[in-house]
Amino acid sequence: MRKTTALLLLFIITLISCSEDEDDKVIVKVQATLNFVHDWDGTPVTAEDMESTDYVTENGDDVNIGPRFRYLISDVTFTNSTGEAIMFDGHNLINVADGINLSYTPEIQLPAGEYKVSFTYGLKTEDNTDGAYADLNSASFGVPPSMGGGYHYMQLDGKYRVNGSPSAGFNYHNIRAVDPNMPDGPPTFPDQPTFINVELGIVSINANTAIEVKMNVAQWFKGPNVWDLSVHNQMLMGNSAAQKLMNENGQNVFSLGAVTQ
Amino acid sequence: MRKYWVHTVLIICFFSISCSKDDTTNPVVEKYVPTPLALKIPNLFEQKLIAPVIPTGNPQTLEGVALGKKLFYDTILSGDNTMACANCHAPEKAFTDNSQFSTGIDGNQGTRNSMPLFNLAWNFDERFAWDGKELSLERQALEPVQNPIEMHANWDDVVVKLKSNSDYPELFNKAFGDNTVITKELVSRALAQFERTLISGNSRFDKYLLGEITLTAEELNGFNVFMDEERGDCFHCHGDNNNPLWTDNVFHNNGLDETFTDLGLGAVSGDTNDYGKFKSPSIRNLAYTAPYMHDGRFNTLEEVINHYSEGLKRSETIDPLMKKIDQGGVGLSDQDKSDLKAFLLSLSDPSFLTNPDFIN
Repeated sequence: MRKTTALLLLFIITLISCSEDEDDKVIVKVQATLNFVHDWDGTPVTAEDMESTDYVTENGDDVNIGPRFRYLISDVTFTNSTGEAIMFDGHNLINVADGINLSYTPEIQLPAGEYKVSFTYGLKTEDNTDGAYADLNSASFGVPPSMGGGYHYMQLDGKYRVNGSPSAGFNYHNIRAVDPNMPDGPPTFPDQPTFINVELGIVSINANTAIEVKMNVAQWFKGPNVWDLSVHNQMLMGNSAAQKLMNENGQNVFSLGAVTQ
Repeated sequence: MRKYWVHTVLIICFFSISCSKDDTTNPVVEKYVPTPLALKIPNLFEQKLIAPVIPTGNPQTLEGVALGKKLFYDTILSGDNTMACANCHAPEKAFTDNSQFSTGIDGNQGTRNSMPLFNLAWNFDERFAWDGKELSLERQALEPVQNPIEMHANWDDVVVKLKSNSDYPELFNKAFGDNTVITKELVSRALAQFERTLISGNSRFDKYLLGEITLTAEELNGFNVFMDEERGDCFHCHGDNNNPLWTDNVFHNNGLDETFTDLGLGAVSGDTNDYGKFKSPSIRNLAYTAPYMHDGRFNTLEEVINHYSEGLKRSETIDPLMKKIDQGGVGLSDQDKSDLKAFLLSLSDPSFLTNPDFIN
């Protein structure tokens, strides 16, 4: 009987010894979700009321936003204290006007810790390949071949009124700037790119974490270039100078909001 | 010692065997399953677009599509057995008709132009009809049958007619399984399956994009006008060379009227910001689908182009993409207008009209 017990014990020990030993080093992996919220100098900009709300630009123009307001972010990156960067090679088309894709969880698992969180507004030049992304093609977010192809960075449409005049449309469309007065040959581009590296700051990501990304829409019209809609309103895609002004104004439109775990 | 080893091994074997599943006692009766049928997706669509929308509750099947096609061409769905879906959605007209307003079985007309039917599986938001009131193809198919100014039937009567028909009970069984009880929902599912097969992607411009042919200088300039933000700027609403649907499937007020007799999407949503908005139709197959606009007000492509060039009318909800409204539009040159028309016609697909899979 004692021998039987010994044999059974040996069998059980053998079975247990086959299991993987993961106790030595436990690395907690977590995910971060970016939640995009929008305001106009503190007044919320939402799908429900952006077309009905009167906003005033720094230049004093009365503005309504919509029916289109969508923009692209890509390459969300988490950089730890040693400088090691974990980047998600993907993009998210945020459709503010329809309330779509306001929440975005890059499909990467991060070791818990503190990270500098950053992303690209638009697409880096090497990623801005004409026709390459089926989701953006399907969303009609492309840029004409004569302007270099690729994709919009933002379509912010609306209406404005200057000094009580009848409303007129504006199309604040941001793309990769293209050189003006092109000949019939392939388009050329200014050295200065018009995508934006957005750095939100340091965030502790010790569990699955929701990170609020705030866009102050008013900032696109504010500074350093006070935007005069009677000058720059429509047909701005091929206007290289206007694209550079947009890029300068876009440097400070994003900021870090609440972080919750 | 050997005895204990033998006992131990036997015990393990016993437990192992006792855990295995006994598959021999209850023979499984195989359930009838209709034959899956994949959509015939053109190369450009495959390359450029996300997957088409096919509801999990209504997969495409050979038998379902065949039933849908038979129903589409059958007058049995109308109140007096005189009208089929195909009366207003004729294949030789890219599945529309050439009337401003279609006439129903009682001689009545509506206020909207019949929409052509193709590439419907790529309507990603699944809002159908000019005003977006139908939230899926399956739901859309229910409406015209009972609409008093269209087929003016009672669905209960239609179901009775189908059940007593010599062919349909068996066809429904084949499409949806044995002992199927015919319902209006199954009729609409079959119709939706057929409609999803109506794919048009074989125009001259498609062949140009695939490198198979060259276009004329006029067609190429017309494409440039279409894509030029300072001239046509058509691409923001009607797609581009990377969106072979040639529509955004979104609702716009394109400056047709200063005041609205038809609220379009606004009547559906109740949102004043949606007043006067209608779905952008695809610009494929324009050679066959006149007249144009939601109310068929323009008989020719020239009239359409002139509208965007000089005829825009201001209203509260006019789309901000409409340019130079004070001047009526961007003012295209005669050459640009002519070339734009040539480009638009290059998106027409004659093979779509004669595809034996689609015609009766």
